[in-house]
Amino acid sequence: MKEERVFSFSNRWFVFSAGGTFLVAALAILVGFVWLPSEHSDFTANGLWGAICSAAGAPSSWYKGGDIVTDAPPSKVIVLPPLSEPRVDAVSSGRGATLATQRCSMCHGVQSPAGITAPALAGQFADSIYKELRDFHGGARENAIMQPIIANLSDQDMHDVAEYYSSQPRVEPTPAADAQDDGARMLAMQGAPMRNIAPCAACHGVLDRKGAAPWIGGQAASYLATQMRSFADGSRHNDIDEQMRNVARQLRPEEIDSLAKYYAAQQ
Amino acid sequence: MFHAKRLVLAHFWLAFVAFFVALLLGAWQMLVRSPLMSWVGNPEHYYRSVTAHGTVMGYVLPTLVAMGFGYAICELALKQRLIGLKWAWAALILLAVGAVMAMVPVAMGRASVLFTFYPPMIGNVFYYLGVVLVVVGSWIWVALMHVNLRAWKRANPGKPIPLAMFANVAGAYLWAWTAVGAALEILFQILPVALGLKSTIDAGLARVLFSWTLHAIVYFWLIPAYIAYYTLVPRAIGGRLYSDSMARISFVMFLVFAMPIGIHHLFADPQVGAGFKFVHSVFTAMVSVPTLLTVFTICASVEIAGRLRGGKGLFGWLKALPWSNPMMLVLALSFVMLGFGGAGGLINMSYQLNSTIHNTQWVTGHFHLIFGGAIVIMYFAIAYELWPQLTGRTPGSAKLIRTQLWLWFIGMIILTFPWHYVGLLGAPRRMAYYDYSNPAIAPEAIWVTASAIGGFVLVISGALFVYILAKTQFGSASSEEEAPAPFTFATCAYPVEHVPVALNSFRLWVTLMIALTVVNYSVPIVQLLRLPQTSVPAVYVGAPR
Repeated sequence: MKEERVFSFSNRWFVFSAGGTFLVAALAILVGFVWLPSEHSDFTANGLWGAICSAAGAPSSWYKGGDIVTDAPPSKVIVLPPLSEPRVDAVSSGRGATLATQRCSMCHGVQSPAGITAPALAGQFADSIYKELRDFHGGARENAIMQPIIANLSDQDMHDVAEYYSSQPRVEPTPAADAQDDGARMLAMQGAPMRNIAPCAACHGVLDRKGAAPWIGGQAASYLATQMRSFADGSRHNDIDEQMRNVARQLRPEEIDSLAKYYAAQQ
Repeated sequence: MFHAKRLVLAHFWLAFVAFFVALLLGAWQMLVRSPLMSWVGNPEHYYRSVTAHGTVMGYVLPTLVAMGFGYAICELALKQRLIGLKWAWAALILLAVGAVMAMVPVAMGRASVLFTFYPPMIGNVFYYLGVVLVVVGSWIWVALMHVNLRAWKRANPGKPIPLAMFANVAGAYLWAWTAVGAALEILFQILPVALGLKSTIDAGLARVLFSWTLHAIVYFWLIPAYIAYYTLVPRAIGGRLYSDSMARISFVMFLVFAMPIGIHHLFADPQVGAGFKFVHSVFTAMVSVPTLLTVFTICASVEIAGRLRGGKGLFGWLKALPWSNPMMLVLALSFVMLGFGGAGGLINMSYQLNSTIHNTQWVTGHFHLIFGGAIVIMYFAIAYELWPQLTGRTPGSAKLIRTQLWLWFIGMIILTFPWHYVGLLGAPRRMAYYDYSNPAIAPEAIWVTASAIGGFVLVISGALFVYILAKTQFGSASSEEEAPAPFTFATCAYPVEHVPVALNSFRLWVTLMIALTVVNYSVPIVQLLRLPQTSVPAVYVGAPR
């Protein structure tokens, strides 16, 4: 028996299935690209072909003005998102080490802080150190010691110091008897949604890390508490879009203290 | 069965053991999101679990069941030895290695990207390589199905391909083509970023490519269940298949229409044009046609069984049906879930109604009801039907099997109906935590609690299923146990002597499938490829923070 041909107009299976599919497709395309767009002025502004292109997803612009917009120039500070595996630049880190021994280590230490009023920088994220240095430099963050001491650092110097400190191992935290506070752990890991308090760990690491947010584990409790209070009363205001101020204002004084102790005990 | 018994058993055991572990994870997820427990604390643990649950249930379980069932059909329906047994074992080993390779980074929290990948999230490279191995293993199966059918056709020129094998190969071709979308996404977009060669990814294009796979994969999961509807159920309940041609038309319609409709998952995505969203919506409506045909044909086949057993009148045949037969029960339960799930699906696929439920728990409820309910319950039925052939032992107690099936049905209804409802209340999906003290969310608490209980009923049913299979295979034989009867597929009400060439080959349907894909996907993909500045920075999951 000779097998009948499938792809032939004498085969009604072919005619009905291919023809039917074609008809459905053609009808759907007509409705989707011509009829429905014709009902809305966003689509019809540039004529029929424009409507078809819009329905096909080709981007078009409604803006008819020129390219030059007069406004304040945008910021030149570019903070890249954290890399999956940070690569240490040896030359930059070496230059940073020299700068750090000259200007930073008397307060911030190298492997451990020299005092408790200045934060430990060993193992801090580079983008976070760099942002704070830029803010001290530009006056967005005020401090009688920090501002004069870094006044003549160049942008590359600041990158180098940040690179150096970020490559150092983190300080071992001091164990504290009253650090295991469940309330503080809840605030750090879950926040308090009803009071608009985001979890600390959503930006400062563990759950997630956002650009320029520092690692706060292992810092002195008194330093952390002071910073949260300064955010709450507005005397520290270099946080982007008031992120920290909005959280700190919602915290009760005893919550600030317990959070400071909780983070002081974290690695 | 000739010599594929151990092969098929290995597929089924790997599938069902993985299934049971993923089932426990699912129940745990329900519990920690419900008001019954204080929340998980670290949402990353929740997403880790969701990723493992989805990867096993979405890729490992259905692929292994389809493959194992496919090999069994090759021998049982074609009545010839399986060609390429060594290749089949190699494919299984690839699958097992791939599953382990994918699960290790997930368990370590390095790949909590959910089974749908969601770029710009990027997980550990071994997760994606594991998924690739699973897909490559399944492609070997596709090739084997093709080779076995060709060998049979050469030996039996002009004869109608047995329906089970016809449907099986349709499923294989569908899978081969639909996996291409995700394969392109993984190979050209995700892997370069996961390997560290690039740090940005075009997430919009990735979503379009994944949608190519995402909807038709559901029909690949569904084909084994439909094969069971058509070729196992009518025989098991003493009926006849009402129409062989209708069955073939249903399967080829799945082949043509299942594929080019995935953009209905992207109705809220701005990178796809409204025109294509509408066209995909229309073709999604078309894919409901083969399911409606199936419901009609199978109900007619069941009616034949009822009338052969002496049922009379308009509804009298319903009473005459063998309701104590697990296959009768499973069909009824599966159809009820298919009906509700399908009705919900019509809402998902319509361009306008979709906006009311997009990204809510409704969607989770929908696919659990359709896949976890209507389809997986048929996987159970397939296992119960094949076990005597594979092990030489018959499952002892029909009552225990009925209990297991009822528990699965009840659990699935308790799980998914509240899910649909809280979705209508606006509960978003993919959330590790809901603050039930919030007055806007508080009304959902009671329903989420109910669905968590449904999750535990499903765990009991799943455990019972594994127990029944293990006891049948390894338990001591009782004296009155009969040797299993030789396996047969359902016969047709009218003997199938001649089938039109179009319904006895795949040329036309594969051509239509590819042509429709080109019409529905070429413009969106090419256009996104040509657009500049569409890439965004990758977000590395589990990176040091």
